[in-house]
Amino acid sequence: MIEFRGVTKQFPDGTVAVHDVDIVIPPRKTTVLVGSSGSGKTTLLRMINRMVDPTSGQVLIDGTDVATVDPVKLRRGIGYVMQNSGLLPHRKVIDNVATVPLLRGESRRAAHAHALELLDTVGLDRSLADKYPAQLSGGQQQRVGVARGLAVDPNILLMDEPFGAVDPIVRAELQQELLRLQEELGKTVVFVTHDIDEAFLLGDQVVIMQQGGLISQAASPAEILAHPADAFVADFVGADRGKRALHVTEVDGRRVVVDADGRAAGVLAS
Amino acid sequence: MNWLWSNLDLVGELMLVHLALSVPAIILSFVISVPIGWLAHRYRWSRGVLLSICGLLYAIPSLALFIALPAFTGLSLRSPVNLVIALTLYGIAVIVRTSADAFDSVERDIRQSATAVGYSATGRFWGVELPLAGPVLLSGLRVVIVSTVSLATVGAVIGVQSLGSLFTDGFQRGIQVEIITGIVATIVLALGLDALSVMLGRLLMPWTRRGASNGRAAAARRVREETA
Repeated sequence: MIEFRGVTKQFPDGTVAVHDVDIVIPPRKTTVLVGSSGSGKTTLLRMINRMVDPTSGQVLIDGTDVATVDPVKLRRGIGYVMQNSGLLPHRKVIDNVATVPLLRGESRRAAHAHALELLDTVGLDRSLADKYPAQLSGGQQQRVGVARGLAVDPNILLMDEPFGAVDPIVRAELQQELLRLQEELGKTVVFVTHDIDEAFLLGDQVVIMQQGGLISQAASPAEILAHPADAFVADFVGADRGKRALHVTEVDGRRVVVDADGRAAGVLAS
Repeated sequence: MNWLWSNLDLVGELMLVHLALSVPAIILSFVISVPIGWLAHRYRWSRGVLLSICGLLYAIPSLALFIALPAFTGLSLRSPVNLVIALTLYGIAVIVRTSADAFDSVERDIRQSATAVGYSATGRFWGVELPLAGPVLLSGLRVVIVSTVSLATVGAVIGVQSLGSLFTDGFQRGIQVEIITGIVATIVLALGLDALSVMLGRLLMPWTRRGASNGRAAAARRVREETA
């Protein structure tokens, strides 16, 4: 479990990125931090592995204040996946996946053997192991990034807009892949995105943030749609524009669900 | 041409002496300027000061430096060590800005991601920043190689043996072939060392080869697809 207690982050230039945040991130679930740029979602994420230290307040992992843990040691125990994969361009795919186990002092052989298994896990062919990241497509690089994040079998996986830079078709693929992985592995995933649809798709809990690092609402997607906490949330999820309003119409005796634009969304199960 | 055939031994020997002067200076200036460049990259406030001071070294006239150095080192004017020190200082002046640029050229995303997965500061320097600064560092090294090999000839004026001795001797005795031989041998030496450094770079930075060839192949594929 990850817990933020009264966490504020003010940068030296005076900007308040995160303002007095209290939030509990449940274990083995996916929590998505969503908001527009400047809402402090990435800052919040980076406080978990001490890439950013809060100005005041505490971040606790299973009851331990992360400020008391050596940052390098802390980071080696937490998976991290970022936009544009963040792979090391001068290391082969297999070495990239094995980065953290090697940093932890595991033998090269064991780390490489495990890295090959991880390529299977994220749905990549083992023949890619000897390539350099630049030789892979964007989607493949992102999968390697996920494999690297999983390499030490961490309890926590931090994902900072990991699918932001790939095209929509690949993104949809990667999203499904993440859902499958999460079902299999049950990690505590903290995921940052500015895409509300991605948040609703992936999140067990969705945290909606607004400018100045304030949390507007933290709840399940269904609850947010049913009871948006305020006008900002309603606007952000598109409820106020009727974007989320679905209608049922009869077509040839079957009840079809249609969205606000008149597009068929599905069939109502009877 | 007769002069050349009867003095091949001398030319070969001077090439070796020339190597012994320039290679240590090249290596020293590289090894010294990398940490200075890193400091200038890492601490913005130090950048202007460090780069200006190192750059100013180049403004010192070489003959003056050769003659002034013994006063600091206590060595005789004709000691090759003086020349190596002087060449090293000039080498630093040439390469230090490039080495700062080399560290600047490492993408911020990659540095951050290395930190995020648990590289320590020193581990990140050796494992990420230095290798990724490599291609730009190599380009700086190549300039230092050529400039040092050529500058080392000036030592002949103060009596330190090198390929430059062929110039001074050729001028004094009016043997044109000797002067030309000196020039050609200096160029050959510089190009040889340059080629060696490029090969070493390919060996140490294999990703630049495969990444690049892949990029070219992809570009070629795109062109084919567009014209098809």
